[in-house]
Amino acid sequence: MKLSNTLVALLFTLASSLACADEIDVAVAANFTAPMKAIAADFEKDTGHKLLLAFGSTGKFYAQIKNGAPFKVFLAADDATPAKLDKEGMTVPGSRFTYAIGSLVLWSAKPDFVDAKGEVLRKGQYEHLALASPKLAPYGEAAMEVMEKMGLAASLAPKFVLGENIAQTQQFVVTGNAELGFLALSQVMKDGKIASGSAWIVPASMHTPIRQDAVILSAGKGNAAAEALMKFLKSPKAAAIIKSYGYAL
Amino acid sequence: MLSDSNLTAILLTLKLAVIVTLILLLIGTPIAWWLARTRSWWKGPISAVVALPIVLPPSVLGFYLLIVMGPNGPVGHLTQSMGLGTLPFTFPGLVVASVLYSMPFVIQPIQNAFEAMGDRPLEVAATLRAGPLDRFFSVVIPLAKPGFMTAGVLGFAHTVGEFGVVLMIGGNIPGVTRVVSVQIYDYVEAFEYTDAHWLAAIMLVFSFLTLLAMYLFNPTTPRR
Repeated sequence: MKLSNTLVALLFTLASSLACADEIDVAVAANFTAPMKAIAADFEKDTGHKLLLAFGSTGKFYAQIKNGAPFKVFLAADDATPAKLDKEGMTVPGSRFTYAIGSLVLWSAKPDFVDAKGEVLRKGQYEHLALASPKLAPYGEAAMEVMEKMGLAASLAPKFVLGENIAQTQQFVVTGNAELGFLALSQVMKDGKIASGSAWIVPASMHTPIRQDAVILSAGKGNAAAEALMKFLKSPKAAAIIKSYGYAL
Repeated sequence: MLSDSNLTAILLTLKLAVIVTLILLLIGTPIAWWLARTRSWWKGPISAVVALPIVLPPSVLGFYLLIVMGPNGPVGHLTQSMGLGTLPFTFPGLVVASVLYSMPFVIQPIQNAFEAMGDRPLEVAATLRAGPLDRFFSVVIPLAKPGFMTAGVLGFAHTVGEFGVVLMIGGNIPGVTRVVSVQIYDYVEAFEYTDAHWLAAIMLVFSFLTLLAMYLFNPTTPRR
């Protein structure tokens, strides 16, 4: 008797909490991890909705979404993948927008290793240069463009170590296994400045803009929390957080 | 059907698996022998260490290896002072990682074979004046042959099937650390499903045939 009472009470609380505040799965590009955690904290406090965040590579999320993953909102690392999902009818039409424009940085965990103009790349006094796989990650693609522009792509290729996504690339550089690497500025920036090590913030003119689009997925159609999150991402409050991590808007 | 990069990945994987299996048979045999014979208190702890890779997620092993073999880790310091650089992102680094990762799959079957043999054959050989080395090579090894076969096949197959550790310390370099499992992962992530299918099917057939060969030529119930 007692057990079933507790069970009913439990179910009731669960049902009522579901009714007023939603809990939604959100897929987030790895480069946006730090800002998204800050945004989610504010969002949850302001709206009462709960976000279950999954961080990873955009390519993997695409495959998972195509195969029935329960994500309601997708914050991609590029604009091509959400556009593709749009075309394939996997999204809520008209929900797509650019939530951030990424900046690329050449970073080393060692102080004074990377100079302010990235000349260190040319000198080649290092064994490993880490970048995200250009085939899989927009930041890797941008890094290749930069090196091609500098005429270094071919000569540096033997030094490349490729991260599966931008987070793994950072891990290669943070542990010192690669002396330096191309990362997303957001990964090494805290409160508007580079938190540690040395860095060259690559001028935006040296690569195609890394436009990162967000979209509501079909699974999130009519979901209040998903719509609230999209609205929140466009708010000045979120914009301030996004900018503080080095993104343009 | 097989592009150059796929062929490179397959050859690299086979090379890695062959080297790792040979190294493991060499260093695994004395360890297995000691584990099978010893009455030391250390048998428990050493057995547990040998079996650890079965239980540990590859991410744990990969994480520790990345730190320990990195420029700030103890092994990294050692290799650097020897003028070898650091091991992550290199083929020797993959060999070291795979030896650790596949170790239990080689040591345990050999140890089981040694234990199943008992003391009797060795005692008989001793009464026939066979020296220790002679006893080992002309009595122990032939008697434990099925154990060695199983160990070799499992060590080889397990190394071919390795993924997590390689992903974490490999750096995905063509011809150096991009093994078949990583190549397939890349294809899947890049939506290149046709290539992924080809390579995955090859892996499936290869793995099945390897295991089939083991069970056909090395049945667990002895034919008498």
